[in-house]
Amino acid sequence: MSDVAIVGIGMHEFGRHEGVTGMEQGAVAVRRACSDAGVEWKDIEFAFGGSSAAGAPDTMVSQLGLTGLQFINVANGCATGGSALFSAYNSIMSGAFDLGIAIGFDKHERGAFRIQSGSGKGRDWYGGSGMALTTQFFGMKINHYMQQYGITQSTLAKVGSKAMHNGSMNPMAWRRKELSEEEVLQSQMLSYPLTQYMFCSPGEGGVALILARADQAHKYTKNPVYLKAAVVRSRRFGSFEVLAPSLALEHNAGPTIDASKAAFEIAGVGPEDIDLAQLQDTESGAEVMHMAENGFCEHGEQEHMIQNGETQIDGRFPVNTDGGCLANGEPVGASGLRQVYENVLQLRGDAGPRQVAGDPKVAYTHVYGAPGISGVNILTT
Amino acid sequence: MTQVSINDTILDISGDGPRLKGMRCKTCDNHVFPFQKGCPKCAGTDVEPKDLGTRGTLWAWTIQGFPPKAPPYLGETDPEKFKPFGIGYVELPGEARVETRLTESDPTKLKEGMEMELTLEPVGKDEDGNDIVTYAFKPI
Repeated sequence: MSDVAIVGIGMHEFGRHEGVTGMEQGAVAVRRACSDAGVEWKDIEFAFGGSSAAGAPDTMVSQLGLTGLQFINVANGCATGGSALFSAYNSIMSGAFDLGIAIGFDKHERGAFRIQSGSGKGRDWYGGSGMALTTQFFGMKINHYMQQYGITQSTLAKVGSKAMHNGSMNPMAWRRKELSEEEVLQSQMLSYPLTQYMFCSPGEGGVALILARADQAHKYTKNPVYLKAAVVRSRRFGSFEVLAPSLALEHNAGPTIDASKAAFEIAGVGPEDIDLAQLQDTESGAEVMHMAENGFCEHGEQEHMIQNGETQIDGRFPVNTDGGCLANGEPVGASGLRQVYENVLQLRGDAGPRQVAGDPKVAYTHVYGAPGISGVNILTT
Repeated sequence: MTQVSINDTILDISGDGPRLKGMRCKTCDNHVFPFQKGCPKCAGTDVEPKDLGTRGTLWAWTIQGFPPKAPPYLGETDPEKFKPFGIGYVELPGEARVETRLTESDPTKLKEGMEMELTLEPVGKDEDGNDIVTYAFKPI
C-alpha cells in the first residue's frame, strides 16, 4: 500500500461560458493541473472522469492527446466528483499506478435540473405530476428539520449571504457579488422555506486533480497535500433521500453519516481536528444539516454557530470558503472536485484573500447526490 | 369529460375512489410505492401488489413555487399562469410515507401531523382531450 498525494490542481472558471463546451472546460482544467504538477499529459497513467450532461469524459483524449492511458468514466449524480476521486485514490493505494488524474466537467441548461424517467410502463407519472424536482426534496428536508431543531430562516439567509461574500473573493466563482441577508430573504420563494438565493444553480466548469504515490510527491511539488481518506457510501433502508416516491416508516440517518464516520476512521482524525470544511450546499439548508450529519456539531447547534459567524472564513470553523455550490453553481461532474481544489489551495496557503488564518493542516470535503449517495475526503498537509 | 389516470400502473381510478398501487413484502411486511419486484428492506423477492391506504398524516412538506420544466411536466408551465402547489410526504399508517402533490399550497395552512386524504387532481390533457389526473392529498 502507498499513501496518496495530490500534486497538481487545475480548474476552469465556473459560471456560464457561451461557445465553450463542457468538455473543452474539462480539457483546460486538465492542462492547468498538468502545468501545476510540472508533468505532461503523456506522463499520466490513468484517468477517472465524470460528466452528467457534457459528453462521455473518455472522449476528451482526442483533445488532450491519444496516449493510450486507461480512462474510465464515472457517474454518481452530484457525488460524481467524489466517486472519481475515490476511484483514483484506490488505484494508487493498490500499488498498480504511480500517477493519475481525476477529472470532472459539465455544462447544464438554465434552471432546475430536468429529470425524466425513460423506463417503466406508460406515462412518466413522476415527472408528469411535477414531482421530479430535486429542489422539492431540499425544501421538505430543511422544513422538517427546522421544526425539529429550531433552525430559523434568518440562519438560512446568513448561509446564502456568507456564500456570496466568500464567492466575491474567488476569481473562479460564478457569483461574485455580495448579497445581504435581507436580499437573500426577499428573493423569490422557490420551494418553501427556500428562496432563490438560498439555492445553487446548475452551471458550467471543470476541475482536474493529479494524484501520485506519496513517496514520489516531491518529484512534482514542494507542498504536496495528502489524501488521507476517500469514501463513498450509498443509502441504507430508512433514510430520507432525494427523488424518492416513498420512504420507509423506520428511520436511518443516511449515507452522509456513514461516509463521514468511515472517513474519520480511515484518516485517524476526528471532527475536532478539522480546520475547515467544504460541505455540499446545493441550498442553504443542506449546508446547515450537513454540518451535523458530518459530525461537526449536534443537531440544532448550527443556529447559534451560524448566527455567531462561526462558519465564516474568520470564524472558529470555516465552511465553504470558496463560496460553495451557492456561489460557484453546480456543474455536476466537477462540483465535488471543486471542493477538493479549494482545500488544496487552503492547505498550501495559496487561497489569497479568502485564506483561512492559522496555517490550516486538515481539511474536509463532503458531497451528496441522488439517489442518496455521499462522498467524503479528508486532506492533510 | 372523461378522466384518465396519469399511469394505470401506479394510480387506479377505476373503482369507487382512487387507489395507489404499492408493493407489500410477504417476508417482512415492508411497503413500497409504487410496486416493484424486490424488497429494499430484506432483499427478498416474495412480494405482492397492494392497494395502499387512502388516509394518513402529513410528515413533511414544501411548496413548488416555480413551474417545473416540460417535458416531463404535464401541467401549466407559463410563469404568468402557473399556480404554486404543495408537495409532501404523507405517512400511511403501517405502510409507508408516500410522496405526493398536496391540494393546499398556502404555507400557513400546512402543518406536520395534519390528517390528509387521497384525492385526484387534473394535470393536463391527453391527445383525445381527456383530463389526465394524478394523485394528491387534501387536508381533511
